[in-house]
Amino acid sequence: MFAIERYNKAQNVKEAVNLLAADPDAKIIAGGTDVLIRLHGGSKEYRNLVDINGLAELKEISEEAGGAVRIGSMATFSEIMDSDIVNRCVPVIAEAVSTVGGPQLRNTATMGGNICNGAVSADSAGALLVLQADLEIQGIGGEREVPVVGFHQGPGRVSLKQGDVLTAFRIKPENYKGFGASYYKYAMRDAMDIATIGCAAAARLDGDKIDELRLAFTVAAPKPIRCEHAEKTAAGKPLSEKTLEAISDIVQKDVKPRSSWRAAQEFRLHLIRTLTQRVVRQAIERAGGKF
Amino acid sequence: MAVGKSPRRKDAVAKVTGRARYTDDLSMPGMLYAKYVRSPIAHGRVLHIDTQKAQSLYGVEAVFTFEDVPDKRFATAGHPYSLDSKHTDIADRRLLTGHVRYQGDEVAIVVARDRLTAEAAVELVQVKYEEYPVAVNAQTALKADTPPIHEGGNVIGSHRFEVGGMLEKAFEEADEIVESHYQTGVVQHCHIENHSTYAYMDDMEHIVVVSSTQIPHICRRIVGEALDIPWGRVRVVKPYIGGGFGNKQDVILEPMAAFLCMKLGGVPVKIELPREECFISTRTRHSTRSNIRAGTTKDGVLKGLDIEIFSNTGAYASHGHAIMGAAGSKSCNLYPRSVIKLKATTHYANIPTAGAMRAYGSPQVIFGIECLMEEAARAINMDSLDFRIKNVARQGDINPLKEKEILSCGMVECLENGRELIGWDAKKKAYKNQTGHLRRGLGVACFSYGSGTYPACVEIAGARLILNQDGSVHLQIGATEIGQGSDTAFCQMAAETLGVSFDNIHVVSTQDTDVSPFDTGAYASRQTYVVAPAVKQAAQELKAKILAYTALMTGQVPESLDLIAGNVVFANRPDKVVLPLDKVAMDTYYHKERGGQLTADVSYKTRTNSPSFGCTFVDLEVDIPLCKVFIKEIFNVHDSGVIIHPQMAAGQVHGGLAMGIGMALYEELLIDENSGYIYNNNLLDYKMPTCMDIPDLGCAFVETREPTGGYGNKSLGEPPNITPAPAIRNAVWDATGVKIDEIPMTPKTLYRHFAKAGLI
Amino acid sequence: MQKEITCTINEKQYVLSVDVRKSLLDILRDLGITSVKEGCGVGECGACTVLIDEIPADSCITLAVWADGKTIRTVEGESANGQLSKVQQAYIDAGAVQCGFCTPGMIMTTTAFVEKHKDCKVSREDIRKGHAGNLCRCTGYETIISAVEMCLKDSDNNDSGKN
Repeated sequence: MFAIERYNKAQNVKEAVNLLAADPDAKIIAGGTDVLIRLHGGSKEYRNLVDINGLAELKEISEEAGGAVRIGSMATFSEIMDSDIVNRCVPVIAEAVSTVGGPQLRNTATMGGNICNGAVSADSAGALLVLQADLEIQGIGGEREVPVVGFHQGPGRVSLKQGDVLTAFRIKPENYKGFGASYYKYAMRDAMDIATIGCAAAARLDGDKIDELRLAFTVAAPKPIRCEHAEKTAAGKPLSEKTLEAISDIVQKDVKPRSSWRAAQEFRLHLIRTLTQRVVRQAIERAGGKF
Repeated sequence: MAVGKSPRRKDAVAKVTGRARYTDDLSMPGMLYAKYVRSPIAHGRVLHIDTQKAQSLYGVEAVFTFEDVPDKRFATAGHPYSLDSKHTDIADRRLLTGHVRYQGDEVAIVVARDRLTAEAAVELVQVKYEEYPVAVNAQTALKADTPPIHEGGNVIGSHRFEVGGMLEKAFEEADEIVESHYQTGVVQHCHIENHSTYAYMDDMEHIVVVSSTQIPHICRRIVGEALDIPWGRVRVVKPYIGGGFGNKQDVILEPMAAFLCMKLGGVPVKIELPREECFISTRTRHSTRSNIRAGTTKDGVLKGLDIEIFSNTGAYASHGHAIMGAAGSKSCNLYPRSVIKLKATTHYANIPTAGAMRAYGSPQVIFGIECLMEEAARAINMDSLDFRIKNVARQGDINPLKEKEILSCGMVECLENGRELIGWDAKKKAYKNQTGHLRRGLGVACFSYGSGTYPACVEIAGARLILNQDGSVHLQIGATEIGQGSDTAFCQMAAETLGVSFDNIHVVSTQDTDVSPFDTGAYASRQTYVVAPAVKQAAQELKAKILAYTALMTGQVPESLDLIAGNVVFANRPDKVVLPLDKVAMDTYYHKERGGQLTADVSYKTRTNSPSFGCTFVDLEVDIPLCKVFIKEIFNVHDSGVIIHPQMAAGQVHGGLAMGIGMALYEELLIDENSGYIYNNNLLDYKMPTCMDIPDLGCAFVETREPTGGYGNKSLGEPPNITPAPAIRNAVWDATGVKIDEIPMTPKTLYRHFAKAGLI
Repeated sequence: MQKEITCTINEKQYVLSVDVRKSLLDILRDLGITSVKEGCGVGECGACTVLIDEIPADSCITLAVWADGKTIRTVEGESANGQLSKVQQAYIDAGAVQCGFCTPGMIMTTTAFVEKHKDCKVSREDIRKGHAGNLCRCTGYETIISAVEMCLKDSDNNDSGKN
């Protein structure tokens, strides 16, 4: 039994927005795998809930006429992993979310929750960052679309106001077509774990040169990040071990991992360097490149 | 013949259909829920405690603090009682305490009508503490100016022996002396069923405690001692139990549940620990630091072994005073021709209490010894497998500590078997001179273990057989089924000796101390070994009664009869049925002039303790930049005497291997060095392996016949857990050239060592 | 606060007034469906796994009200007329049962896994990935994985769940 004090089930997104706007303490419960665990732990912040769990309108995964991929915020990780559209257009998202927790958790947890709770370790965040996904948000003032790059504000903090409901992720064709992408989750166990470091990369090639590299990390800073220096360094460089070395050297400028009981800073830095090489290599290979 | 086959477990259907009832499945109407108020600090004293607000919360029935409980100290270790006053367990615990000794210590307890109210009430209890300096390890706990955690100081016990000769002399005869320092971490049992207990009274005198315990009869005694009530007034019932691994060989919740129930007029009161509390407030495995020296001749004769070890028992003694003695002594069966000197010190610290955990200290001691054997072999350029084969026990060796002959021993055969299984010789060659990120390595380690606790403790087992009307037989035993399959093994034994089919032997799986024969319970891998003679004797007695009765019915002489496959037959013509057993049984019950219920009831004390043997072989790959180990193949090979039920025996090996892999590579309860704060008291942050983290597990048996075992059998439950860690460490050394003398070898540990060695 | 829900549990219809604060685990156990075990309360151990509309979920972190309109399967419903399901039988035959506490949840995970993969080629690694949300401390998973393999081998011509 959870110490829930107020509970309202929203019949649709609009009602959810109104319920949230009416109660400054109210929080969304979606898949429940985060909120209910916090309640189990005695949290007092999640006792007034607006339930959007059953909203079918938020579950759809579709491909728009122009080629954009739209993933409803309440699509579970399993639904995303099993989606033909996702596997055909943006397989790195399926790859990333398949590393979350275990099967049961993936059957209930949603990608919307994974992003909105602002987790520094969110496995979907790295993939969404390198695909430059956009977020569709409904709020009191209506709908708006914001890029995922910049959405995270810090540990547990994102750019959402009370009353906002994330409804979908949108990945534009220019952000996935022609890219090879890869995600690697480094954790202490191969399942049921949170990332020590998560690394995502997307690469587009121009002949035997890197045209564009996008590199993202989770747990490498107080929020999931893209790596500006590393990406700049990669642009226009030939596919070579030397290039990989250069990228993994400079990536240290982009990251700021902390020491905690989970892992020391220097170990995380070592992993960042190691994973940069492995994940960028794989992204390039998936883009058709050869070393 | 039932022994040596793998009939369906007696509890299999109950468990796959969800009908098997565990303590939590046996709720009672009107049951109250109790929840502890725990200390947020690791060491200190309660200055002030205010329960007013909690008491006045609707639904709260009572709040008790350390000031309200009897001023009586008791011991919680699940050992048999000792008549020798020098051999008693350390009584260092009260039901609640004002002197808190670890983060999570119990200062008060709330009883409410439901769980949620109990949780809310705990939050309302206000406690002010005076903080004391915290000591979490030997270095700080044993410093002269560290304040004592208990009266009398922080050393709770020491064990010393020097056997097989004089160590100094042995080292003089050695050509090489190697030495290393080893460290093992705090690990936890992680049985999937947490601790759960409830107590109720049917009258004014007797208290019934239903509990997830490995040791119902010991539990009865300890509840009696803790509450100062006659033991006969306490009844302990053990339903199905969801794993124990030693953590339920300790009496943790039962005295409190009984106390609360008595205080509250006999209504049922339940204490069930959530996982987070189970992690910190039940028991753990002792962390250790050891310094070990070994001396060997050039041609590989191990001359001496010098073991100095510090064992951290945490906040309370529990089994601490016994474990290092028990574990240290086992090395004498493994390398009986070497001089062995042990100096073990066990101390308190401000961390969760360590107690019994699968193999009772042996994994820690053997980790150091088997790492050092690798080093000794390398020092003389000898293959470490050959070095072990040269020095391990053989049948006929005399254990220098116990001065007892080893009557059965398949240790060398286990090692030779493992050599073939893993492909040792070919791989050893193939793995030489590797470079690159991915490197393969081979490792081996071996162990010996006991079959019970004799002569340190009494070994008493009870078995009762009852012939039912339909010719089936009920077996009642005091030994406890905790998942290992003991009920099934005992039924096999009864069927074997009695001459009744396995399917016609029924077993009472629940132990009830008012009804079940006396047995001290599941621990020390004792049960198949020490219960076997009791079952065997009871079966022989019942069989004799059946034959005598049949003789009475038929006018034959008993000696001419035998009982085979459920029929009384002529001994010299087994195909000729005299009477089927059900006919005999009906007559015993319902004939008006003769007979009566046929039963046999045996209590048997075992006065032997035979060593079992075995080893782990592992082939693994290390990804050096990732600081990760990937096990490619792993085998345990065991000499546990005659295998009673091969399928269940393999199950014990698999489970022990996996737990050993966890201890080697993943698991550690992380405790802040300065504050004693525990970081990872849950199954997300404490890295118990999932099925993704455990490779395919191999197992093989070398079957010897132990003359003192009722059916030629020896211990098996705990041993598989002992050697995976040193074998894996030796293989990591083989692969990378880096010698890691601590477990767990998590990626964080490997990073430190690889960085230091310049590999990354 | 109470809410009325309608659901099917092991092929029986239920109309229940549930406290919104309760988990699905809570209400199943209240109904006497005690195969559903609590090992952690936070979705880490899988002992409380049930199938909700055929999908395995940790009932400890599923609100009871979410069962409204759903079909729930627990291990109690897997055997009928004294006949074990193929999965239950395979667990026994493979020796995958020890203490039994993780068994009901594990069997439900396997049941869904086998139904989903009945026409696929499945490796032991796939089985591992599909069962990584259920912890077992007794078996080292070895015989559990073997039991799943047995089910898949046997499931050529009919569905594996029920006989």
